[in-house]
Amino acid sequence: MLDAYQTLILLLDSTLRLSTPLLLACLAGLYSERSGVVDIGLEGKMLGAAFGAGAVAYLTSNAWLGLLAGIGVAVGLALIHGFASITNRGNQIVSGVAINFLAAGLTVLLGQAWFSQGGRTPTLPQGGRFGEVILPGAEAVRDVPVLGPLYSELISGHNILVYLAFAAVPLTWWILFRTRFGLRLRAVGENPAAVDTAGISVVLLRYRAVVICGILTGVAGSYLSIAQSSGFIRDMTAGKGYIALAALIFAKWRPVNAMYACLLFGFLDAMAIRLQGKSIPMIGEVPVQVFQTLPYILTVILLAGFIGKAIPPKASGVPYLKERS
Amino acid sequence: MSETPAIELRGVNKSFGPVHANRNIDLLVGKGSIHGIIGENGAGKSTLMSILYGFYQADSGSIHVDGREVRIADSRQAIDLGIGMVHQHFMLVDPFTVLENVILGAEDGATLSGGTRKARQELRRLEQEYGLKVDPDAVVGDLPVGLQQRVEILKALYRGAEILILDEPTGVLTPAEADHLFKILEVLRDQGKTVLLITHKLREIMAITDTVSVMRRGEMVATLKTAETSMEELAEQMVGRSVLLHVEKTPADPMGTILEVEDLNVTDARGVRVVKDISFKVKAGEIVGIAGVSGNGQSELLEALAGIRKADSGRLSIRSETLDLATMDIDPALMREKGMGHVPEDRHRMGLINSFAEYENAVLGYHRSEKYAKGLLLDIAAIKQEAREAIEKYDIRPPSTDLRTANFSGGNQQKIVLAREIERDPDVLLVGQPTRGVDIGAIEFIHKRLIELRDEGKAILLVSVELDEIRSLADRILVMFDGAIVGEREAGADETELGLLMAGVQDQGAASGAVAGEKA
Repeated sequence: MLDAYQTLILLLDSTLRLSTPLLLACLAGLYSERSGVVDIGLEGKMLGAAFGAGAVAYLTSNAWLGLLAGIGVAVGLALIHGFASITNRGNQIVSGVAINFLAAGLTVLLGQAWFSQGGRTPTLPQGGRFGEVILPGAEAVRDVPVLGPLYSELISGHNILVYLAFAAVPLTWWILFRTRFGLRLRAVGENPAAVDTAGISVVLLRYRAVVICGILTGVAGSYLSIAQSSGFIRDMTAGKGYIALAALIFAKWRPVNAMYACLLFGFLDAMAIRLQGKSIPMIGEVPVQVFQTLPYILTVILLAGFIGKAIPPKASGVPYLKERS
Repeated sequence: MSETPAIELRGVNKSFGPVHANRNIDLLVGKGSIHGIIGENGAGKSTLMSILYGFYQADSGSIHVDGREVRIADSRQAIDLGIGMVHQHFMLVDPFTVLENVILGAEDGATLSGGTRKARQELRRLEQEYGLKVDPDAVVGDLPVGLQQRVEILKALYRGAEILILDEPTGVLTPAEADHLFKILEVLRDQGKTVLLITHKLREIMAITDTVSVMRRGEMVATLKTAETSMEELAEQMVGRSVLLHVEKTPADPMGTILEVEDLNVTDARGVRVVKDISFKVKAGEIVGIAGVSGNGQSELLEALAGIRKADSGRLSIRSETLDLATMDIDPALMREKGMGHVPEDRHRMGLINSFAEYENAVLGYHRSEKYAKGLLLDIAAIKQEAREAIEKYDIRPPSTDLRTANFSGGNQQKIVLAREIERDPDVLLVGQPTRGVDIGAIEFIHKRLIELRDEGKAILLVSVELDEIRSLADRILVMFDGAIVGEREAGADETELGLLMAGVQDQGAASGAVAGEKA
């Protein structure tokens, strides 16, 4: 029984770790899409950020500088997306896909050119990686039955970015529903003409959303290369950007739902890892792919209308053009 | 007008490429008055108001507000100058509450709590002062259009508007709602606000304005005191020649029933029943009009009859052939084959492909016909020849078969659709909003053509939200409310009575007897 509890704690622990990049990317997408800019380029921005963070953290031995570089790369890519889809009113899907390709190719190319390790960045030196944060009292309560492991294993002992990601959820909710910026952001994603006639710049508002999206994907990407792992490897995002997008739909573009969706998808991922090569009684060995596809299957089921309805912001994906009435 | 005018425009010009939308416009609007601006579609009214509201910048000319020359670079500046605008298509965020819509852009601080509290108080004050009642916590998308418009007015007043511009405000309202709006506007004027009312409806100008300016082809052709003018004079000024405001027609001489609809029910994508147990007949040689406020199931009715929308139940007999609309495999091509022409309500969405050339649109839906085939290919020459004939017969301008339809005016686009459907010699013609966004000259033509068609012995089902149009064209009027036919009236029916039916006030006594009698 105690063993099972221990296993569960470990499972949940790795759920948190695996959910973190999803959650950051999902919130990033939330800002962007709430403002009316569809972003299929979350994946590319994360990948670019992961590389930037890995490279700079290796060169400087400073995780914070690495994070800053990751954010810088992602914001840069976000601005390209903004320039294409807001300023030039281009197709947002095409622009996003282009960014994904750009990031996939460029990270390997630059990685090989700079470090000659097949597109990887070298293993990070001491200080180049975010370490575990041990919360006060974690050691002291470790041996308290039931609650002890819960606190010291599950709550404590993650790196700072994990806490940041989860703190971003209530913060995002507050920004979205309690501030002027949030009101305008939600409005511009539903009816940009209403925002324009209220004397607010649609372009500026959407750029701000896209930059926030860049910052958050930057953190998400950096998490992968300098917190969760110790260095960048090619294609290390492995579709997390797309899963985050699926989670966003699953969450119906709401921040707290986004957290639950990402936790669910993270949990599935954790299960996949835990059950790898093991057989479940009665069922036998379950291929990892089953768990890996589940987020997508769940999203398709949702979109098919079985779990309520997911209605995106009305103006998302539609460039705003002042009409010649 | 001795005091300073609220608005003065001097020599305002605005061009979009080769189109001179506003030419040397001078305009004086007195403070505390209701000033109407009337003109056909494309006369430049909306452009002029957009300049005033900072949506566009004038190429030349000056704007004076309260006697001071101003530059209005964007809507923010217009708002700061006390100018508010109620747009034709509401600028509201549907999932937001009334309160959120009102404070958008005027939030009063970086967080919302303070502004919300203030707005709540202010709304209460405005309600008392102007009788503008609306629940601040209602979600705007759930409100009927009349109330949504009220939210737009409240938005402007909340921002301290002294000058209120309303662009075609009655297009979406029932006659009763329109009357209510006019009362509100009168209260606003009496409280010292200035109201600019843009419309193409002469009746409204006569009913409510103090002064009226007429625009024609980008120019301001006259400014008159409403009391000293007449509908005829204004119409003449708008078009530049005298116009017949009333459709001339002889009483209908209906023959046998051609179209019969029985027990039609339609559910829309949201699962709402939008057409409820509808049965009616249309005889050869008569126009049956369906009146109703937009969104009461008329569109779905029309689409179901045209074969675009699936019905839950319903039979349709055309001549002597009966089709089951629920079980049979119905599509628009089949309906056309059976002799049903369809002029859809929204020509941009359904009637035309605007990036296609005129001649391509002129055969759309009939392109499978043998007439236009040359082996596997289309016989372009034959199509163009026919298109040219239609252009001549319907006076479509410019007379070009190769121009994209996007470049035709609304009236001419509508004539292209009308020509396409009528010239295929259908037995029944379904017509939806034939003159929406169409200028007066073209309206006159379209109305005449429909009457001619009736006199040729065709059956016409006319759906329109313009009650005047229904009253002047239809030989029998069916009123739809909430998906059902709630009353039937003869051609000369009283407007107020129809208005009440359209608003869902239950039909009593004689009329229900008449409907029952018809069924028996």
